[in-house]
Amino acid sequence: MTLATAEAVTEPTRSPETGGRSIARWGMAVLIATEAMIFATLLSSYIFVRAASKEWPLGHIEPPKLGLIWFFTAVLLGSSGPMFFAEHGIKKGNQTRLRLGLALVFLMGASFLGFLAYEYHELDFGIRDNAYGTLFYTITGLHAAHVIGGLLMIGMLQIKAWMGKFTAERHETVAVIGMYWHFVDVVWIFVFATLYLSAQFG
Amino acid sequence: MTLVEERPEAHEEAVETIWQDAPGLAGFFSSVDHKRIGMRYIYTAFVFFFIAGVQALVMRAQLSTPDADVVSPQVYNQLFTMHGVMMIFLFNTPVLAGFGNYIVPLQLGTRDMAFPRLNAFSYWIFVLSGLFMISSLAIGKQPDGGWFAYVPLTSKEYSPGVNMDFWGLGVAFAGISTTVGAVNFIVTTFKMRAPGMTVNRLPMFVWSILSMAFMVIFAVPAVTVASLMLEADRLFGTAFFNPAEGGSPLLYQHLFWFWGHPEVYILFVPATGMISMIIPVFARRRLAGYTWAAASLIGIGFISFGVWVHHMFATGLPALAMSLFSAASLIIAIPSGVLFFCWIATMWRGRVQWATPMLFALGFMLIFLLGGITGVMVAVLPFDWQVHDSYFVVAHFHYVLNGAVVFPIFGALYFWLPKMTGRMLDERLGKASFWTMFVGFNLAFFPMHILGFLGMPRRMYTYPAGLGWEALNVVISIGSAMFGLGTLLTVAAFVRGRRRGAPAGANPWNADSLEWATATSPPPHYNFEAIPVVAGRHPLWEEEAVCDATSGDDDATRAYGPPGAVARETPVSTGLDALPEETMTIPGETYVPFFLALGLGVFFVGLLVETTLVVVVGLVVAAAGLVTWGWRTEADLR
Ligand code: HEM
Ligand SMILES: [Cu+2]
Repeated sequence: MTLATAEAVTEPTRSPETGGRSIARWGMAVLIATEAMIFATLLSSYIFVRAASKEWPLGHIEPPKLGLIWFFTAVLLGSSGPMFFAEHGIKKGNQTRLRLGLALVFLMGASFLGFLAYEYHELDFGIRDNAYGTLFYTITGLHAAHVIGGLLMIGMLQIKAWMGKFTAERHETVAVIGMYWHFVDVVWIFVFATLYLSAQFG
Repeated sequence: MTLVEERPEAHEEAVETIWQDAPGLAGFFSSVDHKRIGMRYIYTAFVFFFIAGVQALVMRAQLSTPDADVVSPQVYNQLFTMHGVMMIFLFNTPVLAGFGNYIVPLQLGTRDMAFPRLNAFSYWIFVLSGLFMISSLAIGKQPDGGWFAYVPLTSKEYSPGVNMDFWGLGVAFAGISTTVGAVNFIVTTFKMRAPGMTVNRLPMFVWSILSMAFMVIFAVPAVTVASLMLEADRLFGTAFFNPAEGGSPLLYQHLFWFWGHPEVYILFVPATGMISMIIPVFARRRLAGYTWAAASLIGIGFISFGVWVHHMFATGLPALAMSLFSAASLIIAIPSGVLFFCWIATMWRGRVQWATPMLFALGFMLIFLLGGITGVMVAVLPFDWQVHDSYFVVAHFHYVLNGAVVFPIFGALYFWLPKMTGRMLDERLGKASFWTMFVGFNLAFFPMHILGFLGMPRRMYTYPAGLGWEALNVVISIGSAMFGLGTLLTVAAFVRGRRRGAPAGANPWNADSLEWATATSPPPHYNFEAIPVVAGRHPLWEEEAVCDATSGDDDATRAYGPPGAVARETPVSTGLDALPEETMTIPGETYVPFFLALGLGVFFVGLLVETTLVVVVGLVVAAAGLVTWGWRTEADLR
């Protein structure tokens, strides 16, 4: 090959916008795709079983109550806000914004979990009762497990943030865990729509 | 940037020490070198291949004569189930991942995978899940509900023993390995390419691994979910598949085949990728219709998701739905046909050298032709109903799985082992192995079609005399033994090659792709001292020689030259054009992936023996591993 072409293909093209450790983000994106398939599989199973049933929910179970869950849905979805806030903060090297944002995300996520625990406690059916109970607890439980996983990671980020490990140039972990957190939020929309909203129209 | 490389003289040693794994066991458990991991994948998978092969031969011994009692019906059930499970989950899938691991980074011209530690992790999961499943053999309680484990047969009520738990938990466990492996392949292919290796210059094997990885990402969750649902029903009494409580057994079949059909292509596509590398090299001719062939590999990936219901034609689904799925099943013949014509055209225009890898490629093509035809036959509804669950089906899927996947894998062994070990395999033994396998294969599996028409059902442990099945069954058993012997001849060719084989040199076949551009065979730890600059689809066959890239002083190109090898770094490039983007530090040895995998293993064992304490210990170890991993991410890379 000629020198000119060889030089052309070895000329760096890093735009400051996207540059910087993008490998991990790609990895997370693919991982999210496969996780999304897991949720899609479960939600389709729910719809499949429901379509084959004469009544829904099965047995004498009441459809899930709406009320408070609206509020906590808003809390969970809202927690994407401070996550963005933290990410954009550290991009500019602002440690306070990072720490504050992460702390807020953690609190909001934890309160969502707390509510779910309370809801489980109030429900008068179990996971073994029938297919409805099985699917309800499995899907909400799997989502909760994702929230817990997210909170563990956010907790770790928080500690690292207080230790001052992140800088404007190096904060890939924040971005990657941020992607995961947004995913957990978005999935909830589908879970909520299927398990809570659609179940109102038995 | 200059392109004439001044090699810094005394750096050889520095490079060696920084890449060298710790000696002995320490290095064994902590290595993240994609070549070491790839080799291990291949060796481990072959151990399972031979175990599953012995099980097949025991089945054939039982079926050679009417009313035989070599094994009891219960054991026969275990044999066919575990034979199928091992061949699919513990041999075919991982052995292809092993080749991908070894070859893909080399073909892309980089120094390792995108996530080397994740790579080690996926290997450990594979071994541990394999040990998990195989331990059922040791205690004589192998899964016995068929490799697709249909409910209600496999529910606690009808399969009370621990047998099916090995299947349910083992399949979910092994799925982790396949999935993280796929993540790694996708990111590696998009982000780790040598400068100049634009998308339209990717080697066919890389295309095939990429297509496979995408199928894995979208298909494997279905089987993971299905097997875990089954386990939840079995262990905790949930009601997913329990019709008495509103659950649906049919749901299980949908979930299973949503993965099960793509799985056939998950296995088949990388095999065609291997063939597409081998044929041009031995025809001494560029692959004809490169673009069409690459598009076909991706196309098969897409179409494979539209056809799962053809496994359920006998379940009584709505007629229109079944017709649609039947049509989709026929459409998949198109991309397969395109690939076939590309190979034929390449051979036609070239001058073929009949070395052993090429023989296996040819054997593959002949078998594939037949397997494809019978596949199209069973995709046609009325025909499917006729041969459903007969030996015709056994014949069909062995033509595809054994013929169209195992033959390419053996060809790939002869083709790539010289690169991996530095020595040529024995050609005489290789050719003998091929012919024995080829003749044995057809003797074993062709008559099964006829037996199917004669009404012999599959999964039957014996049959009475006088149905006209005896002679064919004898032939089949002889063929099976011959096939087994043929595979042993390859082992012999390998052992002889390692002892006395001719040194392979860097490029023994005069091949075209970058894995042959490394300085030696096996390649040095760092693969390439300087990253090669690619100017065409067949770098080593282009007019001008591959030239070495040189390090620049910016973050994007500093790992290009030998300084990158010294610093254990490799370049990261843009997704489509492979232009330099940044530099990645390759992490060093670490035990964390092993311990994370071990923790998960303990967790699954805990579920199997239904002991909460073990489950908790496993989870704690796994969580500790995960936290350490996450914690050290950036520290390691600094
Ligand atoms: C030496 C070569 C082989 C022989 C002699 C052999 C023989 C057999 C036999 C006798 C059965 C049981 C049929 C029945 O009674 O229904 C069987 C089932 C099966 N084999 Fe093989 N086989 C071989 C290689 C392979 C390979 C390489 C694969 C896949 C990669 C494979 C996949 C399967 C599967 C999936 C089943 C179905 C198991 C089930 O019904 O649950 N076999 N094979
Ligand atoms: Cu299929």
